[in-house]
Amino acid sequence: MLKRVHFPTSYLPYLLVAPQIIITLVFFIWPASQAMYQSLLIEDAFGLSTEFVWFENFQVLFEDPKYLESFIRTMWFSGAVALLSMGMAIILAGFADRVIRGAMVYRTLLIWPYAVAPVLAGALWVFMFNPTLGIISYFLEGFGIDWNHYLNKSQAMGLVIMAAAWKQVAYNFLFYLAAMQSIPKSVIEAAAIDGAGPLKRFWTIVFPLISPTTFFLIVINAVYAFFDTFGIIHAVTQGGPAGSTNILVYKVYNDGFVGLDLGGSAAQSVILMILVIAMTVVQFRFVERKVEY
Amino acid sequence: MKHTIIGTVVTGMVAAFATSAIAATEIQWWHAMGGANGERVDKIAADFNASQSDYKIVPVNKGNYTETMTAAIAAFRAHEQPAIVQVFEVGTATMMGAKGAIYPVDKLMSDMGEPFDKSDYLPAVISYYQMPDGQLLSMPFNSSTPVLWYNADALAAAGADVPKSWDDVKSASEKLLANGMKCGFSFGWQSWVMVENYSAWHNISMGTKENGFAGFDTELTFNNDAVEGRLQAIADMQKDGLFKYGGRRGDSLPLFTSGECGMWMNSSAYYGSIKKQAEFKFGQTMLPLDTGVASAPQNSIIGGATLWVLAGKSEAEYKGTAKFLNYLSSPEVQAWWHQETGYVPITTAAYELSKSQGFYDSNPGTDTAIAQLSLNTPTPASRGIRFGNFVQIRDIINEEMEALWAGDKTAKEAMDASVERGNALLRKFERSVK
Repeated sequence: MLKRVHFPTSYLPYLLVAPQIIITLVFFIWPASQAMYQSLLIEDAFGLSTEFVWFENFQVLFEDPKYLESFIRTMWFSGAVALLSMGMAIILAGFADRVIRGAMVYRTLLIWPYAVAPVLAGALWVFMFNPTLGIISYFLEGFGIDWNHYLNKSQAMGLVIMAAAWKQVAYNFLFYLAAMQSIPKSVIEAAAIDGAGPLKRFWTIVFPLISPTTFFLIVINAVYAFFDTFGIIHAVTQGGPAGSTNILVYKVYNDGFVGLDLGGSAAQSVILMILVIAMTVVQFRFVERKVEY
Repeated sequence: MKHTIIGTVVTGMVAAFATSAIAATEIQWWHAMGGANGERVDKIAADFNASQSDYKIVPVNKGNYTETMTAAIAAFRAHEQPAIVQVFEVGTATMMGAKGAIYPVDKLMSDMGEPFDKSDYLPAVISYYQMPDGQLLSMPFNSSTPVLWYNADALAAAGADVPKSWDDVKSASEKLLANGMKCGFSFGWQSWVMVENYSAWHNISMGTKENGFAGFDTELTFNNDAVEGRLQAIADMQKDGLFKYGGRRGDSLPLFTSGECGMWMNSSAYYGSIKKQAEFKFGQTMLPLDTGVASAPQNSIIGGATLWVLAGKSEAEYKGTAKFLNYLSSPEVQAWWHQETGYVPITTAAYELSKSQGFYDSNPGTDTAIAQLSLNTPTPASRGIRFGNFVQIRDIINEEMEALWAGDKTAKEAMDASVERGNALLRKFERSVK
């Protein structure tokens, strides 16, 4: 006869995970399911008349060339933000890693921008680049560049990319610096003795060894550029001129909260939700496995 | 120590109960007036509260126009709506469509037995918010209209007259440039100024069904020769540096106040800001006329906001609301508000009062907006516009006009695209309010 051991059931584990479960339910599952339900409706703003339309809101989106444009624009924007902020961060971290005197001051100053709220960061750049009053546009005029991001699409895009990347440099810097400092000094010293210069050492030793951090940061930066840049766009361009900086997350806000098209806006946020889930899966399934530590 | 804290809390609670027991009926008023105008709103509420003891108006600033409207709608869905909310003019159709959510001001006043005579109000202001049968839906509060602001010093130095027509604007701009200025003119709120008001000023319809007043099954028609011709001419002037685009809403104000552009078309309510910022003599005059399109101007239309009364509040609150709305439109309050802000007075009496106080004599040009609005009896094409989803449609017009200024599209392409994209939104709105 098979012997079974019965442990008395304890409620303690359930009790311990309960806060987390409740928080997830209240702050994620519930609003997310509301958004999914809303995306199937066409409704007036006050919720007085509601029509259940299945997937018509999605169909309208995918047939709208403006939405597809915004999609491509978002990809482009995210790529540029990630590349610029990670590129800057890796250079700064490479130098900071070698600094011996005053390292703390240097590092603290580099981390500062991270503490600035996105809207304030945006406002800062708006002031500097105001076509009429801005200090930088004044200097640019000296070089014969007529700066007007209210009108010039590529200047507007360039400005929001710069503002968004500037804010993320600090975060990337922290991770890169930590990664570089965890590389055993002996490896680098051995290469130095063999006659490898700083650049050679960086490309053949440091860069490959910090690749897990790079891949991690790519995902984090992409998510940042997709979602957290809302405040910057709102403060700098509000999606203009001619929709040239209207990225997906801004469009969700604009259609939903300005245009009061709740169904269409909800459909867009459902698509964004699917995207972020997909990115997380990619991060855990492929990137983390394939990268050699 | 603990006892003292508990003691304080209990005393505080008792005090709170005591005051609420004898307190007047509180009436929430959500508004979008920030800064100096916010303080003026607070003053109006405080003065009303001091004038009687039964009701207490509580003004709450909910951010800009869009945010205020969205907040009120969200609050309504959660059954926490304020009694009074300030909604900008482009939200009119959305509010109207929500029949169960609003309490028409006309009906409120007669239900509550408050004296209310619509003929006291300026027709150009009130007609924007009336139903085809004359019922008034919301109470006009802050209304303005676009005017032509000019740098009087710069025009005099360049030997140019204050422009009356678009040809004058062009020649004045040329003179300004010849005299060393960087740009002739600019404007803000471009859909409102250059499409909506341009159409009304020349008595051209912007859409079918009396610009949407006669039904939600309206279609946009502003892709006509007059609008396209004017916008194309401006785009051509831009190439010569006569016109400079400076962004949406009031973003282009620094172009004018810094002395870069000599003329600027935007709301009369910028009076306060310009007065504060401009270090030159400035003036305001009527919008220029396109002499090839019309021989005389019709009238301009308003922008700004009105106060909507929301459904689902108590009888006592409605009683107080009606009393407050009456107080708000009294000549003294209106004249004060008008003179302080540059918004137009909403009643004829307030206008007459300002006149007799000598305000227009000591501040020449400040009656331009009223003169423009009451130039002629409004026609179906110049009464105003009432399109659903118009916040988004304005965004589309902004986008397409920016494409025009950037040289990506011609005026015809931009306006055709605006109309096509706008009509799609009108159909969507028509469906949502069924």
